[in-house]
Amino acid sequence: MAKVLMKGNEAIAEAAVRAGCLNYFAYPITPQSEIGEYLARRLPEVGGMFLQAESEIAVVYMLYGAAGCGARAFTSSSSPGISLMSEGISYLVGAQLPAVFVNIMRGGPGLGGILPSQADYLQAVKGAGHGDCRMFVLAPASVQEAADMMADAFALAEKYRNPVMVLGDGLIGQMMEPVSFKAQKAVAMENKSAWATTGMSARDGNTPNLVKSLHLDPALLNQHNLDLKAKYERMAREEMRWEMYNAEGDYQVLLVSFGTMSRVCRTAVDMLKAKGVDVALLRPITLFPFPEEQIAMAAERSCCKAVLSVEMNMGQMVDDVKRSVGRQKPVSWYGKCGGEVPTPEEVAGVVEKTIADMDFT
Amino acid sequence: MQTEVMFAGFGGQGILASGKILAQAAMTQGFEVAWVPSYGPEMRGGTAYCLVVISDAPIGSPIVKRPQHLVAMNRPSMEKFAPMLKPKGTILINTTLIPVDAGRDDLDQVMVPATALSSALGNSKAANVVALGAFIARTGILAFETLIATVKAEFAQKEKLVDLNLNALEAGRASALDPCRGQSI
Repeated sequence: MAKVLMKGNEAIAEAAVRAGCLNYFAYPITPQSEIGEYLARRLPEVGGMFLQAESEIAVVYMLYGAAGCGARAFTSSSSPGISLMSEGISYLVGAQLPAVFVNIMRGGPGLGGILPSQADYLQAVKGAGHGDCRMFVLAPASVQEAADMMADAFALAEKYRNPVMVLGDGLIGQMMEPVSFKAQKAVAMENKSAWATTGMSARDGNTPNLVKSLHLDPALLNQHNLDLKAKYERMAREEMRWEMYNAEGDYQVLLVSFGTMSRVCRTAVDMLKAKGVDVALLRPITLFPFPEEQIAMAAERSCCKAVLSVEMNMGQMVDDVKRSVGRQKPVSWYGKCGGEVPTPEEVAGVVEKTIADMDFT
Repeated sequence: MQTEVMFAGFGGQGILASGKILAQAAMTQGFEVAWVPSYGPEMRGGTAYCLVVISDAPIGSPIVKRPQHLVAMNRPSMEKFAPMLKPKGTILINTTLIPVDAGRDDLDQVMVPATALSSALGNSKAANVVALGAFIARTGILAFETLIATVKAEFAQKEKLVDLNLNALEAGRASALDPCRGQSI
């Protein structure tokens, strides 16, 4: 299909419709409101449902209801709005329901600001909700990738019967880039007769499907959590995504960065290469599951002297990078937040300082 | 090769729109593009800017510390952004609203009374397109024909604005290429 110039928010909305998602519930918040604005017009054209709820708490339980009935549904919000949905995200995980969340992150904490940020990393990958609750998290670095990930997000949510989050930032949402939508036709949800409350007459057998997250029997709840754990481990085995840049030859420093920030790092790598300084970049594309083995292997190379996690926050992913690298190489963090995006020059400067500070004697 | 064009002015001057036309035209001509808007708590009359990155290779950072070119539609935005430009870049100055030059001798300064030229066409709101036409004519970073085709397509839904904007492009081109206008104000 020919490329069109679109904002990330609009591309996300269009990609969801093309993935066969006809249900969108949301409450507006900058910098992602164009998703709802676009769908308010687009969904009625295809017989879909656009519903602006009274709050984000209502939104998440509308998703729960839709997903419980086996309907493909999604919502989008930005940082504070996602926090309000937290309880319901845990209920979706507990009830093993597929739903897609888009978080176009803004600066925090609290009401924070409206400019791009990556300060919800820990919330997305560790603290999506209470209990042993995990979301599958994808981090796009371009408008094209944000659109592609929407199609993938519904497929993953349905494969694993688990919430999936597309974690972008204000820049991904607001920026326009060329995008082409996959020509493939949306596929129907495959496995729902086994779990969705579609009505007894809609399927064979006499066992009613029950959607719930309450398990008062401790042995059953323990088993339920073991099943969830096995599911998360399967995600790590089957769905891990990452990308390497400038890692073919030797490199002195390994950068680890995701989303918008990884693009800035890519340019910084090019700038340093032009000066004769070789630096590699590893971009985690899935944040949960996290490519820890890949980071460990890239850091293990004898040419690599240090690892630098570059983030638009005060140092969140760096904990996971440290865990991956262990004590074999020094791991440090660089970043800015609140809407400040480090420039390629600043990242390159920090890399050069990191190299200069290392003791090679 | 990568080039960056910043558009800046006050809200309501069509800053984001002219940037979008440039991005669309560059994409049509086969370039990679990124259009990055300012989206603070803006209001009509406040400052507005956007950055268009054009490249023949995939674009890395859409955040650029020092853009190559600037289309400045009002004085505060010129004073804010002109010092950031890379040497040998181009600055287009809307002389109707900016009675001074950029104070840099390492830039190509294109002095165009965009707002006055637009008013002469019967609508001052096409000043952004006058400036865009002048900028492309002077720098040649895209084929002028691509720009004309893009403007036609962009305003296809608002037919009565097509001629105004095509005339605006042409007025900008004539002004930028007029050797008598030179560098003076």
